[in-house]
Amino acid sequence: MKTLNVNGQVVTVEAEDTTPLLWVLREQLGLTGTKYGCGIAQCGSCTVHLDGVAVRSCVMPLAAVNEKTKITTIEGLSADGSHPVQQAWAELDVPQCGYCQPGMIMAVAGMLNASPDADDAQIDSQITNICRCGTFQRVREGVHLAKEVAGKSAKGKSAGEVA
Amino acid sequence: MNDAVKNVMSVSRRGFLVTTSTLGAGLALGMTTRPLSAQTKALDEVNAWVHIAADDTVTIRIARSEMGQGTLTGLAQLVAEELDCDWDKVTYEFPTPGQNVARERVWGDFSTGGSRGLRASQQYVREGGAAAKLMLIQAAADAWQVPASQCSARDSIITHQQSGRTTTYGKVAVAAASVPVPEKVTLRDPADWRIAGKPLKRLDTAEKLTGQLVYGADIQLPGMLCASIMDCPVMGGSLVSFDDSAVGKMPGVKGVVAVKTSLGTNGVAVVADTWWHAHSALKQLPIKWDRGPNADMDDAAVTRLLEDGLDADDAYPGNWNGDLDAAFASADTQIEAVYKVPSQNHAPMEPMNATALYTKDRCEVWCPTQNGEAALAAASEASGLPLGQCEVYKTILGGGFGRRGAGDYVHQAVEIAKVFPGTPIKLQWSREEDQKHGFYHPTTMAKMRGSLDKDGNLTGLHMRLSGQSILAGLMPHALVDGADYLAFQGVVKEGLNPAMDDHTICYDIPNLLVDNAMRNPPIRPGFWRGVNINQNTIYMECFLEEMAHAAGRDALEFRLSLMKNQPKSAAVLSAAAKQGGWGSNDGKARGLAVLHAFGSYVAACAEVTVDDDGKLHMERIVAATDCGTAVNPQQIEAQIQGSFVYGLSAALYSESTLANGEMQQDNFHTYPSMKIAEMPKVEVIVMPSGGFFGGVGEPTIGVAAPAVLNAIFAATGKRIRQLPIKDQSLRA
Repeated sequence: MKTLNVNGQVVTVEAEDTTPLLWVLREQLGLTGTKYGCGIAQCGSCTVHLDGVAVRSCVMPLAAVNEKTKITTIEGLSADGSHPVQQAWAELDVPQCGYCQPGMIMAVAGMLNASPDADDAQIDSQITNICRCGTFQRVREGVHLAKEVAGKSAKGKSAGEVA
Repeated sequence: MNDAVKNVMSVSRRGFLVTTSTLGAGLALGMTTRPLSAQTKALDEVNAWVHIAADDTVTIRIARSEMGQGTLTGLAQLVAEELDCDWDKVTYEFPTPGQNVARERVWGDFSTGGSRGLRASQQYVREGGAAAKLMLIQAAADAWQVPASQCSARDSIITHQQSGRTTTYGKVAVAAASVPVPEKVTLRDPADWRIAGKPLKRLDTAEKLTGQLVYGADIQLPGMLCASIMDCPVMGGSLVSFDDSAVGKMPGVKGVVAVKTSLGTNGVAVVADTWWHAHSALKQLPIKWDRGPNADMDDAAVTRLLEDGLDADDAYPGNWNGDLDAAFASADTQIEAVYKVPSQNHAPMEPMNATALYTKDRCEVWCPTQNGEAALAAASEASGLPLGQCEVYKTILGGGFGRRGAGDYVHQAVEIAKVFPGTPIKLQWSREEDQKHGFYHPTTMAKMRGSLDKDGNLTGLHMRLSGQSILAGLMPHALVDGADYLAFQGVVKEGLNPAMDDHTICYDIPNLLVDNAMRNPPIRPGFWRGVNINQNTIYMECFLEEMAHAAGRDALEFRLSLMKNQPKSAAVLSAAAKQGGWGSNDGKARGLAVLHAFGSYVAACAEVTVDDDGKLHMERIVAATDCGTAVNPQQIEAQIQGSFVYGLSAALYSESTLANGEMQQDNFHTYPSMKIAEMPKVEVIVMPSGGFFGGVGEPTIGVAAPAVLNAIFAATGKRIRQLPIKDQSLRA
């Protein structure tokens, strides 16, 4: 039995310490928005935030987190889909099949936490998620739109604080 | 993709006509408005396509699968257009394949491939919407006791002109269900469309942004167990034995099951309380394989097989005219080049999965599938239960690209579930399993020979294809006297086979032979987004630029001189070239490609740079599409942008190669896919010329690679004739 802080809630899980966080979230907590794509940190579909930092949960053993780690999944990014990245994604109709998008959105939100003004070079170097449908052009536009949305709605707060 | 062309479709079409002919004249109006027998019609629907609730919510039934291509929204737009309902109140649902069977295929074909989602069903879904509108108006007129001809409807509101009375669709929907089905409907001219034809947002986006959308991989049922599977790593091999005592005490393990299916798969699955437990145990399970007759097969042997076909005598023609021998005999210049495209896996982001619940008298399957009815048939065959005792619940797919037309994973899930009657079993493949047990894009080669006269005119062209046949591997009944005419997709002679007229060559070449020597390596082939246009367009479009270069002519002018009878193809090529800056003498390296496939006309102009150290940068691509009628322009744009990612990922990186009979690339580190940093800026020109519906999801894939390969030549003078580009020096 282990205590975790997931999306602001204290929860207990029963899993071996070696179990990847991805499968704890999906199979112990029923948070299936976080996706399995490759299992080896290549595709980013499993991206979640640990204390606001985007990580690939498929290679993150349960042992690496504790009750003090603030774990945020796509389900907890916002209460109602209103995070600036989600708003931008809705406005631009970014997803196609959508399977990679929770990870994509968490990766972008994590990048904007650290770099609210991320530019194209940062997008290129930090957003390395795989999307086989090929939504990249709208993802890029979406990042720039999310920065605008965050700037307008946060009233002085950074996109990071929104997350 | 699956059932990519009409000659495949015509088989199922014929089957459809046979099975429905007893229903009589309903077909004249389309399947949609055919009166339904009372016992199978849900009482509160207007017709099979439309349900309207008292609160005016319009639920449109979508028979085709949604895998990212946007068909769901496009089909809903077409129904809503004719229904004249309030788009803001539209939602959707997927009827089940079992319901379709029970209702005598009222929703037609569920198969979703070949870029046919809209173009093959637009007529009958529009008729369904139009009929529903007439029935709703009639119901209101009946209530008001006025002639229906005095009533009109718009935005879900029905108005009686003379009295000014109004009501809503929701208020008369129940009564409308009892109104006789109209015998004739008139469809709106696309020029007058208000909902269709508009760049509306997708209906399925919101749930994709919050993690709420349940994909097949996310299915959770009470008491469900999870399975991870490993099939024999070599195609044609089989399971000999496994030692379940080695894993029986591992956490959560409930059982180890040999899984053999009628499709020829032969492996073993571990069943556990969670997938992680199942998969962890599977990795520890000692397994003995008989690697079978292909155990020594490697890529060199595949290449030798294909090379043998380049000059073999057993080729059959797919396009020919004139006197090729005479053209070559009198040629001023002859050139020859050999091209090759490898096997490639689909690699959708969601690895294969299906959830099955079996009891002795019922089998239910939840799965992402491009072919709901084939999945139902798979459930029936694997369970041994009649169709009427089986059901399939489709989810939205985490990518398809043709892979999910196959039923292998449904068969496997049911086979496992049969061992655990009454317990739902979710079979989830690992990425490694997905990579090693694909239905691969066929590998082919081409020997191209061309002749020029002294003025640099193309006088003759021989395109000899050699390689794998999808139809021979998957549906040999679709071969014609042993020949696979689908192999000529994009280069086929018009009129040779009416089933292929959506995929004809863009050029009039005076003396021509396109022929194919079928060479089938022991690799399972499949319909892979774009199907055979991917390699054929590389061969044709790159070699034509080689010819233009040899002739000292501009590659656009050279092509257009051969397209005088191909105005639609010429128009998209010219549009892409113009916006792309072709001929602007600005020193930028550009390449072109054009194609007619899946009923549409597409072209691309790519602009690249190649560093001194050989690194490729794809800067910009202008893509033009004439799909006849544009149902949702912003989704067409998205499909075309995405087509470059899928097509260029293949060109840059994708190859599935055999060693010791086994596919070598087992995950994204060895089977890479493009990332955002490599994405060129794609400018999309949607230029529908009207009068037809062409496909969108696939045709542009065909021009992606050749446009870039031609631009690489323009940048470097080096011709790349083999994919993938990776590991090849782009500098001479």
